[in-house]
Amino acid sequence: MRVTVIVDGVSYSDDVEPRLLLVHYLREHLGKVGTVVGCDTSNCGACTVHLDGRSVKSCSVLAVQADGREVATVEGLARDGRLHPVQQAFHDNHALQCGFCTPGMIMQAVDLLADDPDPDEEAVRAGLEGNLCRCTGYQNIVRAVLDAARRMSPGAGPEAERLTDEAAQVTHVAGGGQ
Amino acid sequence: MTAAVEAEVGRARRRKEDARLITGRTRWTDNLTLPGMLHLAILRSPVAHARIAAVDTSAAEAMPGVLAVLTGVDLAKEQGSMGCAWPVTPDMAAPQHPAMAVDTVRYAGEAVALVVAASAYQARDALDAIDVEYADLPVVLDVTRALAADSPLVHPEFGSNRCATWVFDSAEAGTGGETAPAIADAEVVLRRRFRQQRIIPAFMEPRSVLVDPTGDQVTMWSATQVPHILRMMLAATLGLPEHKLRVIAPDVGGGFGGKLQVTPEEVLVLLAARRLGRPVKYTETRSDSMLSCHHGRDQFQDLTLAARPDGTITALEVELLADLGAYLGLLTPGIPLLGAFMFNGIYRIPAYRFTCTSVFTNKMYTDAVRGAGRPEATFGIERMMDELAAELGLDPLEVRRRNWIGHEQFPFTTVAGLTYDSGNYEAATDRATELFDYQGLRREQARRREQDDPTLLGIGVSTYTEMCGIAPSKVLGSLSFGAGGWEHAAIRMLPTGKVEVVTGSSPHGQGHETAWSQIVADRLGVPFEDVEVLHGDTQISPRGMDTYGSRSLAVGGVAVLLAADRVLDKARPVAAHLLGCAAEDLDFAAGRFTARGTENGVSIQEVTGAVFAAHDLPDGFEPNLDAQATFDPENFSFPHGTHLCAVEVDTETGAVKIRSYVCVDDVGTVVNPLIVDGQVHGGVVHGIAQALFEEASYDELGNLTTGTFADYLLPTAADLPHLVTDRTVTPATSNPLGAKGVGESGTIAATPAVVNAVVDAVRHLGVTDIEMPCTPQRVWRAIGGGA
Repeated sequence: MRVTVIVDGVSYSDDVEPRLLLVHYLREHLGKVGTVVGCDTSNCGACTVHLDGRSVKSCSVLAVQADGREVATVEGLARDGRLHPVQQAFHDNHALQCGFCTPGMIMQAVDLLADDPDPDEEAVRAGLEGNLCRCTGYQNIVRAVLDAARRMSPGAGPEAERLTDEAAQVTHVAGGGQ
Repeated sequence: MTAAVEAEVGRARRRKEDARLITGRTRWTDNLTLPGMLHLAILRSPVAHARIAAVDTSAAEAMPGVLAVLTGVDLAKEQGSMGCAWPVTPDMAAPQHPAMAVDTVRYAGEAVALVVAASAYQARDALDAIDVEYADLPVVLDVTRALAADSPLVHPEFGSNRCATWVFDSAEAGTGGETAPAIADAEVVLRRRFRQQRIIPAFMEPRSVLVDPTGDQVTMWSATQVPHILRMMLAATLGLPEHKLRVIAPDVGGGFGGKLQVTPEEVLVLLAARRLGRPVKYTETRSDSMLSCHHGRDQFQDLTLAARPDGTITALEVELLADLGAYLGLLTPGIPLLGAFMFNGIYRIPAYRFTCTSVFTNKMYTDAVRGAGRPEATFGIERMMDELAAELGLDPLEVRRRNWIGHEQFPFTTVAGLTYDSGNYEAATDRATELFDYQGLRREQARRREQDDPTLLGIGVSTYTEMCGIAPSKVLGSLSFGAGGWEHAAIRMLPTGKVEVVTGSSPHGQGHETAWSQIVADRLGVPFEDVEVLHGDTQISPRGMDTYGSRSLAVGGVAVLLAADRVLDKARPVAAHLLGCAAEDLDFAAGRFTARGTENGVSIQEVTGAVFAAHDLPDGFEPNLDAQATFDPENFSFPHGTHLCAVEVDTETGAVKIRSYVCVDDVGTVVNPLIVDGQVHGGVVHGIAQALFEEASYDELGNLTTGTFADYLLPTAADLPHLVTDRTVTPATSNPLGAKGVGESGTIAATPAVVNAVVDAVRHLGVTDIEMPCTPQRVWRAIGGGA
């Protein structure tokens, strides 16, 4: 089947098997290996990407379901050499160790902050419940998301990912203190 | 030029590693693609014990994209036997361990066939077309019945399921008295049986291995903790010339002991790639991983503690029954024995006896998981200390105080024969109780009980130590371990003054690139940014003993420090020559040699440049500042600390909620507090996970019933409290950094703290133990729910 999909701002069109998972399309067809696979039961969230601006587990989406839609991955978050504020906050707060869960965790955190730009600790913990990490005990991940919320207000989410100069400018200002 | 630099050791540097990890530019093994690369999938046994009566691969061979289908029979001549590096006793039963089953499967998940195909999907499709006929054999699953005379046998050739019996007795070793008379004479004798359930390491990156055969050279990329050990063991297992084998551990996504292994998958991919003469990659699914990555723990502990009425311990006996599973992995039989040296904990115990009987069953084999033997031992003694306190009506902290080694008594040789070089249990405990509001929580606990509050409060204590920085090679030798415990480092001074550090440690999340840079930046007085750390490739880093056992900093980091010192030793005569003074008249500080009492100086970078040019050097000077060092510690290091946990137990549902958790750890000198705190957080949560959530379960047929992340519960952010962490700093005296190691301490300490808290909450209801994981159902039943 033919799919046409925009991934991190670039348009792709491919013939794929109907059963092909979006995460395998990203990794094996497009070489977008920044998004990883951590399980086969959609529990771990390592493969989290954004589909039309909302987080999905890309192991639970078929490539054909992304036809005509826009996918954002961790590879597309940084703009013009500047990290997204959530990426910066993960770095600043030591929110990663081995880093395998990090792409999914960052994409989920961006989505969480789009929903709730000013979450408390409990809301962050609940919002990350679908993403597993074995290294950090989540403590610094929670800290990083709260820190990112402070840096980004008002709101990140889809606005921060739009490929416009204006949005990039917003990201830059919000991410100040790098 | 060198600027005066702020001290790097002790500084909360953000990590160098992060840049690639937060942007998706990471090199996981599964991210690698080579020209002509094929994909391998493995068919795993659905039964726990059976004879392989027939395998029909013809349909699979005809599937689209399939290049090869291989069975154990096909590989029998070349696959050898997977190596076990730890023959713990001379009479240990060491079964043949084929990478792929040839005629018999002995656990569900054992490899029985493989497919190599053009794509990963095609390889997996073809697995379904392989027809295997199994003739079932009786299974052995209950370790407590596996030694019965009528038990079915996992390996009939040994006539028993016993692998080994290993004994330590303090009277025989000369480190203490005899336990039997001490127990017979004791006024207080406590006997408890504790269960250490089977757990799965559950690193987040599934294992992946890629092999590229080019001529007689073989390059393997593997998601491993141990590229150096892997290379050596592959050479030994398959009879390959070691110098024709290069192993690369690129970015590795966590290990927790689970990647401290030489795996059948690594052997099978290598054999398949060599047969086909093409690169072949295998990446496990999570379900594959749960079945076929080694498990951990799984032991019954029978403890007998003798004491005087004032709480003074007079003897400790430990009998372990360890379920090893079906085969011996790299370190399988030795893991429970690491506990032998830790059951005495931080206490002065005059007599001690430890016996471990290890047994084969039809399950995945066990091996190292974070802590490896030491969490089990710490759990046993720390649970026992709370039991003793309850028996005598003493506060659990008080009974510990009456038995622990005082800070003025170090160095202290324990009843298990280790010499603890340093520690201050009083200081860590005082700080922890202060942060925890210990007395306030005790009052609240009493109040809730008095008011028949359906939510009870429990307080758990764990005052632990551990042996890490594994290890002095001589000690490993005395334990029949197959290798030494040294670590290697090299420093290369580049012509422009930048520095490359080569380490034999092999990180998978620990932050070596950052911490090693800090050590070298401090020692050589060069900017942190000017140091690059190279690791995880046997061609770049030819010597190493890799990363496990909290050894990287205390052994590998020290090797880096010593190599830096050797660079300075070589640079000194050149600096003296350039400055026209005697070498002994030089001072070195902040990266600069100066002639004492003058302003005349030369930077380490300038010396490096001069050596590179080699135009004007002292007579006979070999123009090279590079240096290497191999550090073999004289002793283990002994982190310690006090962990306090408060839980709320809902008596109506059995649900346990961690109300607060305080840990004060003493890991010696801290190179990077950000990294150390992160290790503590992750370690503690790993321990909480064992206490409350995780268990690998098999059904009565030997099927793993917790084979996915839907069944095997890793805690999520929503399940966990905010941890309060703090430190005391008592430097180790066994290495010049004073570092002790931190990777496992949280896991070692946390499990008993949590279970002690759960039991404490409901002890007045007649409960003395709840098996881990303390699930709502188990807690509810323990307090009479459903009765």
